[in-house]
Amino acid sequence: MSVDLSQFIPSFLEESFEGLALMESGLLDLKRGDNETIHSIFRAAHSIKGGAGTFGFDNVTEFTHLVETLLDEMRDGRREVTSKDTEILLDAVDCMRLLIEAARDNQDYDHDKVAKTSSRLSETLGDEQSTDSENESNSNIEKKDACGYNIKFIPEHSLAKTGNDPIFLFSALAELGELTICANTEELPALMDIDAQELYLSWQLTLITDVEEAEVIEIFEWVEDECLLTLEPITNTSDDEFTQNLSEGVNSIISEPSVQPQLPSKAANQISLASTKVEHEPDAVIEEKSKAAKGKVKADLGSIRVGVDKVDSLINLVGELVITQSMLSELGNDFDMTKVERLTNGLEQLLQNTKELQESVMRIRMLPISFAFNRFPRLVHDLAIKTGKTMELVINGEQTELDKTVMEQIGDPLVHLVRNAADHGIESKEIRLANGKPEKGTISLDAYHQGGNIVIEIKDDGAGINRTSVLDKAIDKGLIDANATLTDSQVYDLLFEPGFSTAAEVTDISGRGVGMDVVKRNIQALGGRIQVESTLGKGSTFKVNLPLTLAILDGQLVKVGTETYIIPLISIVESLQIDNNLINRVSGDMVLYRLRDDNVPVLPIYQLFNLETECTEIDKALLVVVEADGQKVGLMVDDLLAQQQVVIKSLNDNYQQVAGISGATILGDGSVAMILDIPGMINMALEQAQRAQRVKTDGNSSVAAELCL
Amino acid sequence: MNIQAMAQDVPVEGEHTVEGIDFITSGDQYLTFLLAQEQYAVDILCVEEIRSWEQPTKIPNAPSYIKGVINMRGIIVPIVDLRLKFSIGKANYLETTVVIVLTYHSDDKSRTIGFVVDAVSDVLNVESVDIKPAPAFGGCVGQQYIDGLINSENKVVTVLNVANLQQVEKHRLQS
Repeated sequence: MSVDLSQFIPSFLEESFEGLALMESGLLDLKRGDNETIHSIFRAAHSIKGGAGTFGFDNVTEFTHLVETLLDEMRDGRREVTSKDTEILLDAVDCMRLLIEAARDNQDYDHDKVAKTSSRLSETLGDEQSTDSENESNSNIEKKDACGYNIKFIPEHSLAKTGNDPIFLFSALAELGELTICANTEELPALMDIDAQELYLSWQLTLITDVEEAEVIEIFEWVEDECLLTLEPITNTSDDEFTQNLSEGVNSIISEPSVQPQLPSKAANQISLASTKVEHEPDAVIEEKSKAAKGKVKADLGSIRVGVDKVDSLINLVGELVITQSMLSELGNDFDMTKVERLTNGLEQLLQNTKELQESVMRIRMLPISFAFNRFPRLVHDLAIKTGKTMELVINGEQTELDKTVMEQIGDPLVHLVRNAADHGIESKEIRLANGKPEKGTISLDAYHQGGNIVIEIKDDGAGINRTSVLDKAIDKGLIDANATLTDSQVYDLLFEPGFSTAAEVTDISGRGVGMDVVKRNIQALGGRIQVESTLGKGSTFKVNLPLTLAILDGQLVKVGTETYIIPLISIVESLQIDNNLINRVSGDMVLYRLRDDNVPVLPIYQLFNLETECTEIDKALLVVVEADGQKVGLMVDDLLAQQQVVIKSLNDNYQQVAGISGATILGDGSVAMILDIPGMINMALEQAQRAQRVKTDGNSSVAAELCL
Repeated sequence: MNIQAMAQDVPVEGEHTVEGIDFITSGDQYLTFLLAQEQYAVDILCVEEIRSWEQPTKIPNAPSYIKGVINMRGIIVPIVDLRLKFSIGKANYLETTVVIVLTYHSDDKSRTIGFVVDAVSDVLNVESVDIKPAPAFGGCVGQQYIDGLINSENKVVTVLNVANLQQVEKHRLQS
């Protein structure tokens, strides 16, 4: 059979990584006597082993075999599930991942680690299983003498449906040595009762060979779940006898006309390995969503699994689009003014279709956030061991959907935040008890939607952030003035300064002060923000705000001087014509606009961006009141233009991040317009104001502080 | 835009295709252009496109040599005025003013930037041994931007380093 297997390797790898993730999460959930979980872990391991064998990743197969043996014992109840075993298995999963990654990249791997883990595995197997291993070694000895095997192969009737064909098995066996086949046709029903897709035969095989037992079993690897297979080594003495007995049978197989009742399904047999795998994991297919949720995270998500319903809705929409298109082109064939109404209707329908299509396409990119979350149970588990603290992880809202690109890039910052929570946040057992807290620390991960954003909260019930020690450190590092007055949020912002760490000692988990600034940068690069809330002694919360998608945005076009800018609609509170009476100039040159009860600071965009405009008088301009991070500001613009959806293009690709600008887009006339980054602009304005104040020798620093509230 | 005027400075396409056969056979090719009467050259393989000047969209608080960004078939491309960047005189935008769009592929990503020059002049065919190191005696153009000098007839052409040219300096806020 010369099928180019290499084409299946990518899907094998993908499935393997999913399998590993499944094993990992299963192992972490494993409770004593929870058979279903063990089964699913076992199945995942088994699939990986089988696949690896097929593609010739022998080291993976060997290693996984050990894992499988251990799991098998747990599955059969021959072994109690202890936390020690779970640890070993988790390590083993790491090794399998290492091996598969090495196989994928064609690279070398950490032999030491794998060897260590595999010896630990065999040790564990050896310990409580001396009897079994003795048996095994006995059979090994037997094998040395053996010059062949007596194989009884009774497949289930449905074997052929799973894409297996005994003929291939036999021809593979025949390659190992001299094979004699004897078919047992006893179960064969009358011709009219035969279901062409069922397999009614069983076989008695004699293989004269000197290969190891394992090699023979390997051939039956794909079918061993679906057949009764007995393998007896034959020794020299009995050998002749058997052969003689069986050679009679061989004749019968040749004269048997109905040897291959499975012929019709033969074509189906060859479809792919995938169908076989599906058979191994039926529940995995049904629960596609939950499985997809547990998919791989670490490697780049080069492909997405998309639910059929999503694809179907796309196809429907495309169908509608085609209908609208043909209607419009027919209308255009001989158009006169009487048909204007039909044209407008058609165009409206087109608009509707395009919008729906756009939404559906965007939905395809949306994945549940559990993709990013599923690595954390393991992380926290490992951290708990490493730090010697007891803690648990609570995950909420893991079905919240998020754009794939955002997901890929949020993983690492989240890891960092969770590590920090575990290392700095949660106190040691003794301190917790002394402070009257439960012994077990809790880290919770929450994800939910808020407006057009997704919010991820990383919360711990640990020590909280010590404001004074942060301040001391900042003064020590020269980041702030010794007598500066800062609000809480400004103090917490210091945590994100490069090289800042309040951990008393540097551990290998965190505390080197690299990272938090990277976290903030990464989140900002995604158009998100991070906020910190903390109560000393009670714990801290890191709130990450991310845009749902990076691709499209509803925007309000505004004009400032010669330039057109786009304000994200989501951040606009209202737009209004300025009423001169409501303008107040306070504390020197700060302009406030009285909006009902609020005093909204006015930011002239032309000043912020150094633009030339004729419209510098505040009373001639329009005010767009926007809100970000709870701060309202009024942006002064020359004119309001249209509202439209814009496709966000990054400035980063060919240029760099620009303060106050989140990206650019191309307008209908082909020109480029900048999209305003409202929180970024507010920060810019604050910085400018602070600088101006510093120049003016701190006159009233409290005003600046008030501004950031 | 007066194409006639451009055509006087930009060599006729026909002449080039005939010569093209020669220059493919020996050495590397360089696109030369004029900047304040001086000749400069860039590796022709980096040249994505030569466009006529159009008013770009300004980038807030960008350094003066960054004129803004334009839309090049859906890609946002920043425009750098080379005269201003090298501080050789003031740029005036004439009909012959062109934008050379260069793409430079570094290890993991590529970057496309347009450079405003006075005019495009020629394509040179140069063996790498003929590129002489530039003496470090003054000059407005920073050494990091210069790969070497080429003698072309009785003129000297400065070969620019596209990789360094593509580096974008972080801009600071002016208050």
